[in-house]
Amino acid sequence: MKKLMLGNAAVARGAYEAGVSVVASYPGTPSTEITENIVKYEEVYAEWSPNEKVAAEVAIGASIAGARSMSCMKHVGLNVMADPVFTVSYTGVNGGLVFCVADDPGMHSSQNEQDSRHYAEASKITMLEPADSTECKEYTKAAFELSEKFDTPVFIRLSTRVSHSQSLVEEVQPEKAELKPYDKNIDKYVMMPAKAIKRHVVVEERISALKEYAENCEFNTVEDNGSKIGVITSGITYMYSREALGDKVNYLKLGMVYPLPEKLVKDFAAKCDKVYVIEELDPVIEKHCRALGIDVIGKEKFTLLGEYTPAMIKSAVIGEAAAESVNVDEVIPVRPPVMCAGCPHRGTFYVLKKLGLTVSGDIGCYTLGAVAPLESVDTTICMGASVSAAHGMAKARGAEFNKKLVSVIGDSTFMHSGITGLVDIVYNKGANTVIILDNSITGMTGHQNNPTTGYTIRGEETTQVNLVDLCKSIGVKNVVVADPFDVKNFEKVVKEETERDEPSVIIAQRPCALLKSVKYTGKCKINDNCKKCKLCLKLGCPAISFDGEKIVIDETQCNGCGLCFNVCPFGAMEKGE
Amino acid sequence: MNIMIVGVGGQGTLLASRILGNTVVNEGYDVKVSEVHGMSQRGGSVVTYVKFGKKVYSPIIDRGEADIILAFEKLEAYRALPYLKKGGKMLVNTQQIDPMPVITGAMKYPENIEDKLAEKIDVTFVDALKYAKEAGNVKAVNVVLIGLMAKNTDIPYEKWVNTIKTSTPEKFLESNLKAFDLGYNL
Repeated sequence: MKKLMLGNAAVARGAYEAGVSVVASYPGTPSTEITENIVKYEEVYAEWSPNEKVAAEVAIGASIAGARSMSCMKHVGLNVMADPVFTVSYTGVNGGLVFCVADDPGMHSSQNEQDSRHYAEASKITMLEPADSTECKEYTKAAFELSEKFDTPVFIRLSTRVSHSQSLVEEVQPEKAELKPYDKNIDKYVMMPAKAIKRHVVVEERISALKEYAENCEFNTVEDNGSKIGVITSGITYMYSREALGDKVNYLKLGMVYPLPEKLVKDFAAKCDKVYVIEELDPVIEKHCRALGIDVIGKEKFTLLGEYTPAMIKSAVIGEAAAESVNVDEVIPVRPPVMCAGCPHRGTFYVLKKLGLTVSGDIGCYTLGAVAPLESVDTTICMGASVSAAHGMAKARGAEFNKKLVSVIGDSTFMHSGITGLVDIVYNKGANTVIILDNSITGMTGHQNNPTTGYTIRGEETTQVNLVDLCKSIGVKNVVVADPFDVKNFEKVVKEETERDEPSVIIAQRPCALLKSVKYTGKCKINDNCKKCKLCLKLGCPAISFDGEKIVIDETQCNGCGLCFNVCPFGAMEKGE
Repeated sequence: MNIMIVGVGGQGTLLASRILGNTVVNEGYDVKVSEVHGMSQRGGSVVTYVKFGKKVYSPIIDRGEADIILAFEKLEAYRALPYLKKGGKMLVNTQQIDPMPVITGAMKYPENIEDKLAEKIDVTFVDALKYAKEAGNVKAVNVVLIGLMAKNTDIPYEKWVNTIKTSTPEKFLESNLKAFDLGYNL
């Protein structure tokens, strides 16, 4: 029977059916659920690695050792793992090796909308792009076959709408996971210049062979509807195009987006008077067509920005207007994401804003510390940059500036790529204050364990990395643990630590309010002491608002964390039922 | 059929779309459900799409194409208005959750949303929180709303009840079934 399955779950299912043995990943929206679903298959070894580079290397090692293996990441995670990727393209594989990368056009939950297809071309690794859950499963299975057949890692490229849409999938019995023999082969696996020079030849031969393969492979399909208009597309934009244009046009659907076929594209275009290339983000297929001398219509009609929709395609290709709709006649307030009621980061940012500090920010729920009313965060670049960029800021502007500067970084992000930045500060005579927001979990991506939680991906107990010991061991003498909800003490600690002329780390420790283990009791209530000073509104708690006459607490939102007690100067907050 | 579920992150819209998706799949339709994960879930506007029919390609719904919009919150209903198909129906929970620009005083929560919607479209309002409390579980707001929506589709009552039975933990089953009935019988 067919089952409704998330694209990410279908990738996991495909890997399982292909007999995958080792999966190592770092969480990142929209890719996280692939690895979370792998956990359902007990016979597969799965792990959350500290970052994507480590994860990719674990998968590479497993492949060389003979196992089918996989690593999954979001598009920016691919930047982190790029180093081994470019070289494993040279070594090739033993057991099938698949890298599953999920792009985020429209930036639902990302800091940029880079197009991962460029990595396929740059690293000369073939890339498949499924368009729905059925294809997610089939392509993933095929990717392992392809990997072993052509001795290459294989990319699967997803996008948010493929990863996070559910559609129907037929499950079949998995293949038995079998280890291939491991033979020492330094010509293939030791990439020193003399050997890598020879492997580069192999890479180019392989790409030629894959180009040939792309001409007739099952992933690239033509739907000839007898039209004079042709559409070349791939992935989710195929689905949008097919819905928008129906059988009014011919389609060349490219399921293999690197390397791209030449003859297939030329033959398809030759039968049409007009050819559109429809692809979200960058003009990758379009440039390929132009290089072949085909006059296609692409980015002059379609934006480089964000997600496409069927209506947009309908209007651009056949000039049909979008469906009639009823409009809202006034400007209505936006509803940006906010820190949850009870979020431990709220206490931290309340203090940082009060002290007027410059805050070097990072990637996680706490990026929301940039928006009103907390609006403390000054910069957000990438995982780990809060620490190293603050070091650069301090070196540029000097000691006085540094006394009004802090970095904020989550526990998981610190493990991911904050440690090296802190080593840099210690080594290069910095005096920065780094606040590790330790909420005992990887929050933003939906509660994954990490090296600081003491539990594995399967919830088994393991050795817990002790943040205090870790920071001390690399030479930070001043390491203070403080509760961000005790705002008075937290403010005192931040003042003391930023005053120092040497590096210091504050570990702001309080667990994520959404963790099942966190149990606050009772709801907060306003009593008659309230002077309507609205200081509590500065917390940006979604449960507290002013109705025009009085401060009110929304009992459906309040989780009773009690942070508002600690900021109210009049004792106007109390616990109700 | 195109159904759009809108609300505020944390209200349980995702579960509602999954219950809907799994119910229609058992009716033999092709189905696509598009969800939202990650940062937008943190108290922001959340939109999920459920589309079913003989063959569904795109998982998303464009403006003017939703047959039913199920809104968990008034302002989110108002925001989703342009997505409603001509002649479509909106089902709205009357709960008001102030977004951050309103809490900080930068903007005002629009007044009389109910009247404005009723003027323009076919809409039913429900105080789902009241019924969820009556069912014995304040968190069952989403199930009350699913009940209300279920009545607006051709899918038989028992099919919905079956999905709720298979997707609800034992301790909430009784209150969820009661919440569903309260919504269904409105």
